[in-house]
Order: sequence, then structure tokens, then C-alpha cells
Amino acid sequence: MQKLVLLGDEAIAQGAIDAGLTAIYAYPGTPSTEITEYAIRSKEARNGQITAQWTANEKTALEAAIGVSYAGKRAMACMKHVGLNVAADPFMNSAITGVNGGLVIVSADDPSMHSSQNEQDSRFFGKFAQMPVLEPVNQQEAYDMMAYAFDLSERLNIPVLMRITTRLAHSRAGVQCVSEKRQQNSFGLPKDSRQFVLLPSIARRNYKMLLNNWPLIEQESEISGFNEYIDGTDKSLGIIATGIAFNYLMENFENRVIPFPVVRISQYPEPTEMIRKLYDSVDKILILEEGYPMIEDRLKGTLNTGKTIHGRLDGTISRDGELNPTIIAKALNKHIPETLPPSDVVVSRPPALCAGCPHIDSYNALNEALAEAGQGHVLADIGCYTLGALEPFMAVNSCVDMGASITMAKGAADAGLHPAVAVIGDSTFTHSGMTGLLDAIIHQTPITVVILDNGTTGMTGGQPSEATGRLEDICLGLGVEKDHIHVLNPIKKYHDENVAIIKKEFDYQGVSVIIPRRECIVTLNARLRHIKAQKAKS
Amino acid sequence: MKTDIILGGVGGQGILSISAIIGTAAVEKGLYVKQAEVHGMSQRGGDVMSNLRLSSEIIYSDLIPKGQVDIIIGVEPMEALRHKAMLNPEGWLVTNSTPFINITNYPELEDVYAEVRKIKNHILIDADAIAKQVGSVRASNVVMLGAAAPFLNIPEDAFFTAIQRIFGSKGEDVVQLNIDAFKAGFAEAQKVIESK
Ligand SMILES: Cc1ncc(C[n+]2csc(CCOP(=O)(O)OP(=O)(O)O)c2C)c(N)n1
Ligand code: SF4
Repeated sequence: MQKLVLLGDEAIAQGAIDAGLTAIYAYPGTPSTEITEYAIRSKEARNGQITAQWTANEKTALEAAIGVSYAGKRAMACMKHVGLNVAADPFMNSAITGVNGGLVIVSADDPSMHSSQNEQDSRFFGKFAQMPVLEPVNQQEAYDMMAYAFDLSERLNIPVLMRITTRLAHSRAGVQCVSEKRQQNSFGLPKDSRQFVLLPSIARRNYKMLLNNWPLIEQESEISGFNEYIDGTDKSLGIIATGIAFNYLMENFENRVIPFPVVRISQYPEPTEMIRKLYDSVDKILILEEGYPMIEDRLKGTLNTGKTIHGRLDGTISRDGELNPTIIAKALNKHIPETLPPSDVVVSRPPALCAGCPHIDSYNALNEALAEAGQGHVLADIGCYTLGALEPFMAVNSCVDMGASITMAKGAADAGLHPAVAVIGDSTFTHSGMTGLLDAIIHQTPITVVILDNGTTGMTGGQPSEATGRLEDICLGLGVEKDHIHVLNPIKKYHDENVAIIKKEFDYQGVSVIIPRRECIVTLNARLRHIKAQKAKS
Repeated sequence: MKTDIILGGVGGQGILSISAIIGTAAVEKGLYVKQAEVHGMSQRGGDVMSNLRLSSEIIYSDLIPKGQVDIIIGVEPMEALRHKAMLNPEGWLVTNSTPFINITNYPELEDVYAEVRKIKNHILIDADAIAKQVGSVRASNVVMLGAAAPFLNIPEDAFFTAIQRIFGSKGEDVVQLNIDAFKAGFAEAQKVIESK
């Protein structure tokens, strides 16, 4: 048995590999990225024993994973929470098809929005699809749960959603791994050849099977061992703590003994019997959830006529944001020792584009081209280049969801905005930009689409971009006129030339595509360092 | 035994590597470790921090409770101060004095140093200058690690093993540079401690 120091993300990947994983697919997204990075680096992937790949987006990732399951093998798709929105269609329907090989979907939530547009709580998606949800309390449990998740998936014929949050994803701890890896499943198509055919008649049958299965899924939550009733002598309060909130609770008690009865929840649907027992034996209840007040809301119900329930809904804990041990101490009315006052010389240091980043030159050119038109013309997207919304550029006016730049520019143009400019990164373009571009081409909408091609998926740490080497071909293939596709070199020397090209395209009454192309400085430097190291070795 | 550490700096300054060295050294010595890192958006030149907890007992929370931090290690002085309210008033703040200025409203440096000196137990050293002396300014993060080492309750040899393990793939000279940087930081901190 080997003990490794792993990020929560890495523990999940290692746990899956040790549980007989055949394939893992993902589109990068903080805080989920390191799961797939770890799997890609693993010796199993390098030897070709498992497939570990980045995909165009989260939907294609999950669909590929469903295909692996169809063929009888164990598969996984990983994404950040908003990625699950993109993959929602296959996600919801995979609960109806059921599985052949075990299927686990990992969604990493980002409470406090460290690197995200929202802090949506993926547990709701599990409930929505009627799938079991696992929410590990720590790195070890994340590892251990993978084997259980695949077994459960195959046993109950249902995909399993694993929900983690930033703090676990990006925190390292020692993880004890099993000494013997499970063999991969052998290839085998579903016994029922119509299982994955969701024609209404079959879907109705499958859905009934899912509903009939629900009591078994509920029962799992009582007996799997991942949910726990921990009795306490002081019945004035009962505590429900989900996922890593349990750690913050424990942190607040000397010798790690809690005087109150506690239900610790790491598996959903939440264990009704344990919660009932707690509710019946205590005076009032405190609910600690890293995320939305999901259990709290259900327990209170619409009328809230039962016992007093404290949590995020009554203001005991802030309604938004990540938990920490100090927030829990306050909720428990614990004395918080006097601390040093914060230093008032400290000012905020927001993230910024790297020195030498190609996006800097692109924004300088775009800003100058738009000088006459004024503010409000640039619909942008998600990536490093979103930082163009801040000083000193103040260059972009939107960032909603991946791909929305092109489609919002189209809508704004339809409503009368001129020039209407979309700014989108190369990876974001192949994630969700291509279909929107097709809409604009079909309708000859006058928009100027700037695809910032830095040859990588920069924001999430430089994963390969599926757009690399084929952007012009994609645009031509979709139907952009050849004369209205321009590749620019975004460096100071060509600034005036670049401004002139962009300005000219504003006048075109159709779709123009401008591609400023220069490699991301970070990946460039990494590449140069690598070459230097190789040379030094030989 | 329990040591709670916050590392503060700017994205790209090498906090994650020193965090990894300490973590590896602690595991080497049979301690429990939890190390919460910042990945993502802030790594683009924003403020980044790491919560690092070492203990002979099981550690539950990945985050350190307010006021319980034993050591703040700053690879940049304002970033060290950012976490001041987390520090146990009896704890140590150990920081590099060389600022990283990528914002227009960076405070007066003397004001920053004055704030550092207000903290009862502090070490303020020019890690960039020391790193340059031993070979490369890029090792200034490891100089800071050396300067904090007297407070970490981990024997020196465990750090050397960890440096070997983490930098080994980059060649022997990189390992040696970092060991030298560690020793230089350690010696500098000793001077300050002895003068107290
Ligand atoms: C649906 C969804 N998936 C993933 C992400 C995470 N994410 C944000 S930006 C980005 C990559 C952007 O790459 P690119 O468009 O090439 O721009 P760059 O960062 O390289 O400038 C990713 C993966 C997200 N915000 N939303
Ligand atoms: S990582 Fe690359 S794309 Fe992102 S800001 Fe830095 S240089 Fe620009």
C-alpha cells in the first residue's frame, strides 16, 4: 500500500484509475482541471492502457464517456460546475438510459467564485436527474469513493455524480492507495440492445425503471457508510454537516469530540432516517453546507412550522460564499480570540494579463479602431482575455458564458448595434463559438468576430487548443468569405496596420473574422525552457 | 506538534514550489499534511496564498482558523501583510523585502516595512539580493523557505531530501542552487534571531 500526497482532484483521478477506469474525458475548468491533467500524465495513459483526453467541450466529453459505458467499460467525464450546464442534456438523459459500464461524472463547484461566473451548487443537478451524488469530506474519501461510485453505478444501473468544491479540489493531503488495481471491464455491448434508444416508448419504460430504483438509491445513502450518525450527549443542538463543512466543524472542538449529535453527509439523496433521528432527538438544528442551503431548504419546507433550523437561510451563516472554520465558530457562538488588525497599507492586487501577452497588443489595436465608435461595442467571452475588462484596457462589455460573445454580438447587431464586435479565445471558439458563428453567417449579420489565437487554453494553465492550426479552415468551411478573414500579428510594430484592417471590416455588411495570432508567453517560455533542458541533457 | 503556515505572494513567484518542499519534507518525517493552494485566475499576477498545515495528529480543516497561524512566509512584503489578521499574535511573520510592483497604487515601501516592523516577531530580509549572491534571483522563494525553516519544527536534512526530490528532474545544478539558497536564508534568519 502506497501513500501519496495528492490534491483532491488528483485523488479522484488515481482512485478512478485504481478502480478499473478505461477512459476519462474533460474540458478544462477551474477547479476541476487537475483531475484530467493527472490522468493524462499517469503511466496508464502514457502506456495506452487508458484513454485520457481533452475534448471540445463538456457536452462532447460526457457523450464520449456515455459511449464508453455503452461498450461496457468504466468511464468518467470531469468539468467545472458551469460545464455541467453545457453537458446538461446528456447528463439528464444518461439517468434515463442508465449505464452498461460504470459512469461517473465529476463536477467541481467554486463557492466564493474564485475563478468562476457563479457559485451554482451541482448537488441540485443530481436531484434533478435523480442520480446518486457523492460529496467527499477529504482527499482520502475522494479516492475511496471512486471504486464505490463505479460499483454503485453498475449495480444500480445509473450514472453517479461526484460533487467537489474548490477547497478540496486544490488541497493536498496524504492518500493511502489500494495495493491491487481492479482490472478493467471486458468489452461488451448492453444486454438490452434498446437500452440507449430514448424513443418515447423506450424512454417511458426506462424512466419507470429509474423511479422504481429510487428506493434502492435512497437506501444506499443509509448503509454505504459515507453518511454517519455520530451521537452526542448534549441534545440542545443537532448538527447536519455536508461534505467538507464537517472538517470545519471538527476544527472547532478540542480533541475532536463534538458534544452534540451530528449527521455527517457525503452521499445523496440525503439519509432520511438519520436526519429524522436527529430531528426527533434535539431541540434545534444547525445546518452547515458548503454551497447553497439545499438540505436546509428541504428540511424547513415551505411553511417552516417545525423546530428551529439555523443555517444560511436565517442569516446564522452568510447566504453566499465559501465556509471556513471561523465562520462555523461564529455559527456555534464560540469565542473568537482577538486577532491583529488587518494592515491598511495593503491594497488589492487583481489578476492581470502577463507582461508580453499577445492579448495586450490585440486590445490596444481594437481600442484604437473603436475610438470613434466609443464604448459599448465589444461582446467578449471567457478566458485570459476577459481581463481586458479591467484597467488599463476597459475594452470589453460582456462575459456571460462560453461562446456568448458571438451570439450576443449577433443579437446586439440585430437590435441595431454597429459596429458589433465579438472577442473570443481560440479554445472558447471551438468549445462553443462555431455554432453561433454559423447562425451569423446564415443570416449575413454584420458582426466583426475577433478570435484571439494564442495557440492554447491559457486561463486554465495551457492545455492544447483544438483550434490550433485549423481556425481559418473552420471559418471558411462554415461560410465566412475568404476576403473577410484576416490573420494579424499582434505586436507593436504592426499596430497601425492592424488598426486599419479592423476598422475596414467594421464597414462590411456581413461576418468578418479577424485572427490576431501570437503564442501565449507562458506556454512559449515553458516550451523554450523544455528545449533548453533537452539540449543540456544531450 | 502542530504548525500552521500561510504562504503569501504574487502568482508566478513560486509559492507552490516552496509549499511543496515543506509538504514533502513533513511527510518524510511522518507528519500529517494539508496544503490548500490557489490555482486559476489569480495565478495571472494576482495575489496568491497557500494554507499549509503540519501536525502529528489528524488534520481536519484544509483552512487555518483566523488568529491561529504560526508562521506567515511572504515572498513579497505587502503579500505577507495581507494575511496579518490570520496570524497568532505570538507567531512569526517572515518576509522578503523586495516588492513585486505590478499595480499603480502600490503603497510606499517604507510604510510597508513599518507595518512589518510593528509585528512582534518578524524577519524582514532581502531574499532577492541573497538569491542573486548564491546564483540566481529565481531562487529567492527558497531563500525565504530557508529563513522560515527555524520555526517549522522539521530537521534540515528533510528539506534537502525534499529539494532533491522536487528539483531533481531539472538537473543537479538546480538542486544545488536551491540547497545553497535554503542555507543562505537559514543563516540570515539565525542572525536576526540571535540579535533579538
Ligand atoms: C462552460 C465552461 N467551461 C470551462 C470554463 C473554464 N474556462 C474559462 S476560460 C477557459 C479557456 C479559455 O481559453 P481560450 O479561449 O483559448 O482563451 P485564453 O485563456 O487562452 O486567452 C476555460 C477552460 C468555463 N468558464 N465555462
Ligand atoms: S497565460 Fe498566456 S494568454 Fe494568459 S495572460 Fe498570460 S500570456 Fe496571456
